Amino acid sequence: MKYISVYAIPVFIVSFIVFGLIRKVNVYECFVEGAKSGVESMFGIIAPLVGLMVAISMFRESGALEIIAKALSPILSYVGLPAEVLPLSILRPISGSASLALVTDIFKTYGPDSQIGKIASVMMGSTETTFYTIAVYFGAVGIKNTRHTIPSALSADLTGIIFSALIVSLMLK
Amino acid sequence: MMNYIWGGMILLSFAVSLFTGRVEETAAAATAGAASAIESCISLLGIMCLWTGLAKIGEKSGIINFFSHLLRPITKLLFPNVKSNSPAMSAIVMNIVANLMGMGNAATPLGINAIKELHKENKYRPDASNDMCMFIVINTASIQLLPATLISMRQSFGSANPGEVIVPVWIVSIIAVVAGVIVAKILEKRTL
Repeated sequence: MKYISVYAIPVFIVSFIVFGLIRKVNVYECFVEGAKSGVESMFGIIAPLVGLMVAISMFRESGALEIIAKALSPILSYVGLPAEVLPLSILRPISGSASLALVTDIFKTYGPDSQIGKIASVMMGSTETTFYTIAVYFGAVGIKNTRHTIPSALSADLTGIIFSALIVSLMLK
Repeated sequence: MMNYIWGGMILLSFAVSLFTGRVEETAAAATAGAASAIESCISLLGIMCLWTGLAKIGEKSGIINFFSHLLRPITKLLFPNVKSNSPAMSAIVMNIVANLMGMGNAATPLGINAIKELHKENKYRPDASNDMCMFIVINTASIQLLPATLISMRQSFGSANPGEVIVPVWIVSIIAVVAGVIVAKILEKRTL
């Protein structure tokens, strides 16, 4: 298990470059072109990130998060979800930049290797911004009746959220 | 939706701070939050570029096409009404592969392309077809071979083992997508 995770990243990088060279791709030019799009997408999230980090910091410092977390902790502890990841689990399907900001905040406050940091990581990696995806895709072709899309997609999210906590306590203790 | 959440969070924070006597701390948190957003972006920028750069190499070298062939059996099962050599199916496969590779930016346009092809097959009806719903469901469960943004974030915040979460992420993604697919298959017979 440990080896998979240690080698995954270098193997991934090397195999892409080797495969690219075999196929006679201009790997460097390609890389730069792709990296440029990374800059663009990062710049795209700066403004929403500022907005959300302001709201989240205020929410935490005012004591509001603590009050809500305390009120909900009996229900959450029932499924093994710490109260600190509650805002993330609620915002995850709604806003990608908001959940990115929340994960950043969790990493800053508790550290990426804390139990909370690990649960937040798995939750972030295994779920998607459901409402955004639905809006973009169905919006693009003008679908009026989404039928069973929202309940099905939300079932996937809810399952992902519950299992994040479960898997972390089973595998990464 | 975000209007109410964002506005509500700030208003609620201010209201609560009046009760908890933490008005000063809350005000300071607003400026500190703004500053730390920029810090986070800068620390993420370089690693983000690394992944999007590699993804582009994957796209050009045809690694993506190779995966399309591997995925055929699964896509056939999920989209029984889409013919395997139709433009809709190839668009679906390209999108799935882009998602697997963690190419968020490339995956979205490919996904829009796929939904347009499915819309055409559905004779441009305003109701989503079963295949369109299924396509959204598998897109929202976010199955990635390498959750690059996540790993780079863990790295930049000083994780001792940033890749530790990869296998758990795979497992949870698969469980989530299976749950979504089952619910979709059950509900598709009831909603018309």
